[in-house]
Amino acid sequence: MEPLERYRPIIDDFEAFLEACRRPLGNAVRINTIAASVERTLEVLDSEDVAYEQADWNPRVLRLETDSPGSTWTSFHGMTHGQEEVSAVPPVVLDPQPGERVWDACAAPGGKATQLAALMDDRGTVVANDSNLGRISALRFNAERLGATSLAVTNRDARNYSMKPFSFDAFDRALVDAPCSCEGTIRKNPDALDDWSEGYVDSVSGIQKGILRRAIQTTREGGTVVYSTCTFAPEENEAVVQHALDEADCRVVDVEVGLEHSPGLTEWGDEEFDASLEDAIRIYPHQNDTGGFFVAKLEVTA
Amino acid sequence: MADESDAEEAVANGADGDLEQNVGQRFDRLPATPAERTVEGRVSREEVVDYFADRFGIPPETFDDYTFWEKGAGKIWIYAGEAPTPLSIESLGMTCLRTRQEHWKPTTDFVQRVGRHATDCVIELEREQARAFAAGEDQALEWDGDWGYLIAAHELAGGLEPLGIGLYVHGELRSMVPKGRQRDL
Ligand SMILES: C[S@@+](CC[C@H](N)C(=O)[O-])C[C@H]1O[C@@H](n2cnc3c(N)ncnc32)[C@H](O)[C@@H]1O
Repeated sequence: MEPLERYRPIIDDFEAFLEACRRPLGNAVRINTIAASVERTLEVLDSEDVAYEQADWNPRVLRLETDSPGSTWTSFHGMTHGQEEVSAVPPVVLDPQPGERVWDACAAPGGKATQLAALMDDRGTVVANDSNLGRISALRFNAERLGATSLAVTNRDARNYSMKPFSFDAFDRALVDAPCSCEGTIRKNPDALDDWSEGYVDSVSGIQKGILRRAIQTTREGGTVVYSTCTFAPEENEAVVQHALDEADCRVVDVEVGLEHSPGLTEWGDEEFDASLEDAIRIYPHQNDTGGFFVAKLEVTA
Repeated sequence: MADESDAEEAVANGADGDLEQNVGQRFDRLPATPAERTVEGRVSREEVVDYFADRFGIPPETFDDYTFWEKGAGKIWIYAGEAPTPLSIESLGMTCLRTRQEHWKPTTDFVQRVGRHATDCVIELEREQARAFAAGEDQALEWDGDWGYLIAAHELAGGLEPLGIGLYVHGELRSMVPKGRQRDL
């Protein structure tokens, strides 16, 4: 928990925050509407006596009362997919529409990419990319298991991503669910902070800036880019978005989601960020009894 | 079933003056009909759609909004998005069918995806049989219909749900659920 001390000044009720970080996380699943409707999935869970609680903010997110959510009939049939509750937020914020062209720049193992496909009724094009070939196999496995026929998978560095292979030259929307220091996953991986260092935060923020800039470049004017991480470090969140505001054609727009959250920061240490960063959201573990996440929504302006 | 290598594929197909050889490492869109074929041994969209209709009774319209592609020897992929042909990327949609062998074989994931539209060659399993099937086990079973690849299904909360592909021969249903998808339920 040591590395989290630096957030004491910015988190309300810091003791409750630390306390939540120490509690293990329950089992959440997302209903894969490509395979079955919410209604049908709940019917099956009911008939199999699997208890669940539906998230207030999203009827497709369930907290399951079972120790092995992967060994249920709904999982075998691809109706449910294990996915942390807050991890379902960025695709909802991106709000992709059926028929659109969407880029998931850092997609493996594919929880969010398959969620994007489901939000589009599996119609349109979701280009799911990841630079790590080992993780691509997990992405492909999940795409097939969940029956996502609108997914095209590529294995490239997102920072200099080429549009050449495709028959179009811009995306309507892009999701950058960036590699990060993963502080917000501490409840799932108790050793998440073991390798924490300021050096790592600095080096990964360079990668994040490169990927976000490319996502803005490859998205059409008027299109939407969502930037998310599962970490609290402002160097990897507000500072990365600030860099995009400085270097690329975009503006921050308001994130609307029915989960309790805090606004993005406008300063950290001796750095100041644009006032619009208040429209980004920080979700802390004690607010909704989930993991932690940062989400910013950008509109591409040229 | 192991992938045949391209070299073996080329030998198996033999020399053909008019048709090109399949390139295993990229996606090529299937020709609409057999008459439009330019690649040795490649099936057409029409043959794929007819196969699902003839064997399983899946209405051809089910596939109106999809394209079919070949990557690897005989592996057919179904895709809902936009893409030029040929295309060298990791994957496009999902694998649905294995051709270039005597008996074509649908994939379990695809059968779970579209199997609800099937009316023929669907074998309905009781709960214990469904468990054995999901665990990848073979089992002795009565079946009056065709032998070969069948869609195994079971009832869940009042509706029939496809479990995957089984191979029925000699009074036995062999589960074709891939290792990574098998579960003890
Ligand atoms: C937080 S994870 C993505 C999780 C995924 N969006 C999901 O919901 O399942 C970040 C991913 O970024 C990938 N990555 C790291 N650097 C990258 C780069 N330069 N280009 C593309 N992907 C990268 C990592 O391999 C990792 O899979």
